Amino acid sequence: MAHKIIKKQQLSENVFTVDVKAPLIAEARKPGQFVIVGLDAEIGERIPLTIAGADTEKGTIRLVWQRVGKTTAQMSELNIGDEMGYIAGPLGTPTHIEKFGKVVCVGGGIGNAPLLPIARALKDAGNEIVTVLGARTKNLLILEEDFASISDELIIVTDDGSCGRKALVTEPLEEICKQSPKPDLAMVIGPAIMMKFCSEVTRKYDVPTQVSLNTIMVDGTGMCGGCRVEVGGETKFVCVDGPEFDGHQVDFDQMMKRQAAYKDLEKKAYEQYQHKCRIGLDANNNK
Amino acid sequence: MTDDKKLLQELLEKHNNGDLKPKERYEIPPQGMPAQDATERRDNIDEVATGYTETQARLEALRCLQCKNAPCVAGCPVKIKIKDFVSAIADGQYQQALEIIKENSLLPSVCGRVCPQEVQCQEKCTVAKRFKDVDKAVAIGRLERFVADWGEENDSTPKIAPPTGKKVAVIGSGPGGVVVATDCRRAGHDVTVFEAFHKPGGVLVYGIPEFRLPKAIVEREIKGLEKMGVKFECNFIVGRTRTVKQLLEEDGFDAAYIGVGAGLPRFMNIEGEQLVGVYSANEYLTRANLMKAYQFGEGADTPIAVSKKVAVLGGGNVAMDAARTAVRLGAEEVYLIYRRSEAEMPARVEEVHHAKEEGIIFKTLQNPKRILGDGDGYVKSLECLKYELGEPDDSGRRRPVPIEGSEFEIDVDTVIVAIGNGANPLIGQTTPGLEMNKWGNIVVDEDCKTSLDGVYAGGDIVLGAATVILAMGQGRIAAAAMNDYLKD
Ligand SMILES: Cc1cc2nc3c(=O)[nH]c(=O)nc-3n(C[C@H](O)[C@H](O)[C@H](O)COP(=O)(O)OP(=O)(O)OC[C@H]3O[C@@H](n4cnc5c(N)ncnc54)[C@H](O)[C@@H]3O)c2cc1C
Ligand SMILES: Cc1cc2nc3c(=O)[nH]c(=O)nc-3n(C[C@H](O)[C@H](O)[C@H](O)COP(=O)(O)OP(=O)(O)OC[C@H]3O[C@@H](n4cnc5c(N)ncnc54)[C@H](O)[C@@H]3O)c2cc1C
Ligand code: SF4
Ligand code: FES
Repeated sequence: MAHKIIKKQQLSENVFTVDVKAPLIAEARKPGQFVIVGLDAEIGERIPLTIAGADTEKGTIRLVWQRVGKTTAQMSELNIGDEMGYIAGPLGTPTHIEKFGKVVCVGGGIGNAPLLPIARALKDAGNEIVTVLGARTKNLLILEEDFASISDELIIVTDDGSCGRKALVTEPLEEICKQSPKPDLAMVIGPAIMMKFCSEVTRKYDVPTQVSLNTIMVDGTGMCGGCRVEVGGETKFVCVDGPEFDGHQVDFDQMMKRQAAYKDLEKKAYEQYQHKCRIGLDANNNK
Repeated sequence: MTDDKKLLQELLEKHNNGDLKPKERYEIPPQGMPAQDATERRDNIDEVATGYTETQARLEALRCLQCKNAPCVAGCPVKIKIKDFVSAIADGQYQQALEIIKENSLLPSVCGRVCPQEVQCQEKCTVAKRFKDVDKAVAIGRLERFVADWGEENDSTPKIAPPTGKKVAVIGSGPGGVVVATDCRRAGHDVTVFEAFHKPGGVLVYGIPEFRLPKAIVEREIKGLEKMGVKFECNFIVGRTRTVKQLLEEDGFDAAYIGVGAGLPRFMNIEGEQLVGVYSANEYLTRANLMKAYQFGEGADTPIAVSKKVAVLGGGNVAMDAARTAVRLGAEEVYLIYRRSEAEMPARVEEVHHAKEEGIIFKTLQNPKRILGDGDGYVKSLECLKYELGEPDDSGRRRPVPIEGSEFEIDVDTVIVAIGNGANPLIGQTTPGLEMNKWGNIVVDEDCKTSLDGVYAGGDIVLGAATVILAMGQGRIAAAAMNDYLKD
């Protein structure tokens, strides 16, 4: 099946988004689900990416990714009209959407992308949405306009104060938890460390909290167990039981260790790739 | 002329005159399987067993007594006419031998390599009985492989009946699915195979390693299906991309075969299984085989642990494959830890033998109690208990009983859990009305029909983790029933 890129945009220095043809997935997907993308069936890696949106009429899904390693870097080189290898999905258990009342949505970094369709669905279900978006610095903040359009209140924080408040997301989150009525649900998506600390805040105030985990995956269908995490003392497979779990139950420390399992190998592969690209560029420049 | 050739010539002369006595046949030395040197092959992923020469094949075939009742056939799950094809090999009629096999089995090049012959046809072989040694049976599997490989080049596309206008969905592209696709396509139906992974072949591509079953063989079989007009939809997860119900009710399929295998890894549920360095065999083998992690950094993008000391838990084919893969990925010491004794190991004898040759250290009657970490989230060692064999259990095998206080530790950096697979629940969860047993396996009747009309199932999802040949056998039965069902 052909997965042609219909639209492409660079959202920040290292964040890219595309609308890509995948009609069956566009039709079947629900908020909270993801796909597995592979650029090459022989040697490529299979990487999970959240479905950040879909257009069933055009038969496209939206993907947003951050350039962190070789595969995401290769993807960033693709342009409109290019094919995106293979895409399998939709995978994972969809977000449980209902009218909870007041929901605080917390997004960090690239986590804003998976958070958006969930926040939108929660809004459509009649919830009051308070959104907190965080980034290291202004340039890395993504999708704030999309969130502005669906949030009843939007709070932006940056580590360096270059946009919004100078704070970590946990600060406004704690204030919101202290308010009365307190939120009925916190939906937190971002780097593991951020989800861990947000869960610690909401635990203090007894606010039910959903986090979306991004463990390393291979198949994404429950076949390999590589994505497993411990939740409430039980082993869960993120690709089928998740990716969303009760943040108060997740063993984040072990999860972060597992996420970093191949850090050194991946770094080397990325450096090799960048090196090759540079040689390629130099060769072109010399023409 | 070599001694072998001379011997063969002498024997053939007698054989052709009908003078070769059983006694003389017993005296023919059993032909060993030529194999790559054990030290050399630790460093490559090429096939270990290199296959019989023509002389060896004919010598081996002459060992067959052509028993009237052919007990070997009764031991074959798909009833290959063993006696006849072996006789054809003895006569040098390889094409005929291949045709005889293909009447009952579609993938002889696969089955000849991976079937557990020592508990099937060869166990029943009269020659084995005479020597009271199953290793001395006529090497039926090796002969099967010989003709299959011989026929590699002269493969022809089977005849296909005129189009029936009926559409068949085959879900899962393992050996069972491949057989159903072939048989339904032959009957003239329009067949589409749906596969969750990016490559078809099932366990044959993601599980069983290259050094035991070259992927080129599987690819050739898949290409053959494509030539017949079978369509493949990879990256299509039935139950997620589309449901069984949608395929049947909206997408125009008239019948479906579910052959999704047993793809749910079991863990030991012991302390430390979340540590970095603990893999299910499924993950380890998928990374290594399908994703080609052995070429990481030199072409392939999927990494795998760089291990020095590896413990593999289990005693089946999957455990052997994981252990032997670890060796090839550069591990210095690989332990295979199994709680019963070697006699009870479910793995094929040949794999156990090869594993030992490759230096894998067998630790039988031992079982892990917990995995210990280094304080930083990585595996540091494995704590095991020693076992002894007690009274026979339900399976008839003597039950392993832990010896109290016998704990000991082995230093390892990687642990691979290969204690079996359960049924993946996805199809069951998304197909209302599909009957399953308490283990999540799909329930079928003698025609491999499920509780839903037009829906058939077979292979590991029905049998629990079983074998290639059993999956193919069920595929055969299911396809016949489906072709029948689609007649009216
Ligand atoms: C359910 C799910 C949804 C995700 N959605 C998105 C998304 O919408 N946008 C996005 O940018 N990223 C998302 N990720 C993370 C994304 O899959 C990884 O960033 C990607 O695999 C990195 O591949 P790479 O080859 O570029 O980098 P690599 O070189 O493979 O890795 C770079 C770093 O990324 C991390 N990483 C590597 N592989 C994975 C993996 N399979 N899963 C998670 N982290 C990994 C590791 O910490 C590693 O050090 C998601 C992950 C999961 C599990
Ligand atoms: C490592 C290993 C070694 C083995 N060694 C031997 C051996 O030496 N000899 C032997 O006889 N047997 C061996 N076996 C067992 C044998 O491989 C299996 O019994 C056999 O492959 C089962 O065939 P199957 O037709 O049920 O499908 P499988 O081979 O299990 O394939 C099922 C396919 O369905 C796909 N699938 C799953 N879910 C979906 C879905 N929802 N939608 C679409 N596709 C889906 C899977 O990705 C897979 O490709 C081994 C197994 C393993 C794991
Ligand atoms: S049982 Fe053995 S000797 Fe007898 S026909 Fe079969 S293969 Fe030949
Ligand atoms: S990614 Fe393999 S089981 Fe989840």
